Amino acid sequence: MKTTLIDLTYLIAAALFIFGLKRLQSPKTARAGNQLAAFGMLLAVVATLFLHKIVTPVEMIAGLVIGGAIGAVLARRVEMTAMPELVAAFNGFGGLASALVATAEVARYLIPENSGMALAALLPAVEQVPFDVVQAITIVLSVLIGLVTFSGSFVAFGKLGGYITGNPVIFPGMRLLTLLVALGSLVSMGFVVAGADAFPTVADPVVWGVVVLSGLSLVLGVLLVIPIGGADMPVVVSLLNSYSGLAAAATGFVLDNTALIVSGALVGASGLILTRIMCEAMNRSLLNVLLGGFGGEAGDG
Amino acid sequence: MLDNLIIFVLAAFVGFEVISKVPQTLHTPLMSGSNAISGITIVGALVVAGMVGGTWSKWLGFVALIAATVNVVGGFLVTDRMLQMFKAREQRAPAQAEKAEAATVS
Repeated sequence: MKTTLIDLTYLIAAALFIFGLKRLQSPKTARAGNQLAAFGMLLAVVATLFLHKIVTPVEMIAGLVIGGAIGAVLARRVEMTAMPELVAAFNGFGGLASALVATAEVARYLIPENSGMALAALLPAVEQVPFDVVQAITIVLSVLIGLVTFSGSFVAFGKLGGYITGNPVIFPGMRLLTLLVALGSLVSMGFVVAGADAFPTVADPVVWGVVVLSGLSLVLGVLLVIPIGGADMPVVVSLLNSYSGLAAAATGFVLDNTALIVSGALVGASGLILTRIMCEAMNRSLLNVLLGGFGGEAGDG
Repeated sequence: MLDNLIIFVLAAFVGFEVISKVPQTLHTPLMSGSNAISGITIVGALVVAGMVGGTWSKWLGFVALIAATVNVVGGFLVTDRMLQMFKAREQRAPAQAEKAEAATVS
């Protein structure tokens, strides 16, 4: 009964997000659309507070208050001209959160044996599912996409804010390095997936796989965004926004949570369309933007 | 798992269809608004932060919760500010046009 109510609330929230996105496309309804979506988010958060037997209410409230205060202050104080870079930074935080949730899910299995017995009694049955290959795949995807979004967004933040040069940053062998880092990420993902069946009895392959993957994903995000010129950053931020949606959806698969899957897929897909529209407005193709630095095209930053 | 995949694919189709024609002035606010929506991962952070686990799990969940809340609260607020700015700019336009536009909306 309770879970049904919560799922229904998630459904209402998802519907509000869709209406909100629709309304954000017309100047007259845009502000109401944004407020509608914000209300949907509030519903989803309140519903979630009832989801689990809350064992750590203080931490939860503290997290919401601290995060909310930081977000509110940044959003209120920012100069009008600095808004795009702030959006990039916020987007980075979203990606980071998705990746951290996935890693926390791995860490949750590493409860020391002695306390395990007592804790097992507290955990609802649903959370005692054994770690399997499918779960490993969703976790590595969430970590990869989330952290690429995180570091990529902060490079975009730096470029938009003038903390990093707006010109494409390219060095010899960069493409090869990017390729190697991407390959390395794939290998570490393979390690995690291959080690899934033995986890958590044999924890090392999974734990170290996730650690190495995290590091490589962060580097990959930097390598992918830094060769792109500052003038193209809005398009890049839009694309990274689409990624952070996908990261949220992947996290939804990890936690088996429909709210995350629906909203994440929604943002992932709509973000991609918006990116294409923005490219068209600039008379560029997306591929052209992404390969801008590699093509040797000078940015006008 | 299969159910989740079906939900994902169908929601993605909705996402592809929901965006159609966006005036250029609304590109950034729309991006910002949908960025705030992708902060839905706050729900995941709450779930993880509220569960029993080892120290690592707890701290990772806690930091995730802070990051996600920054994204959600900041995202919606900054979008609202952008759109407020938009409205202020419009009010400077001839009053007649304003009235006509208002009439078509209501």
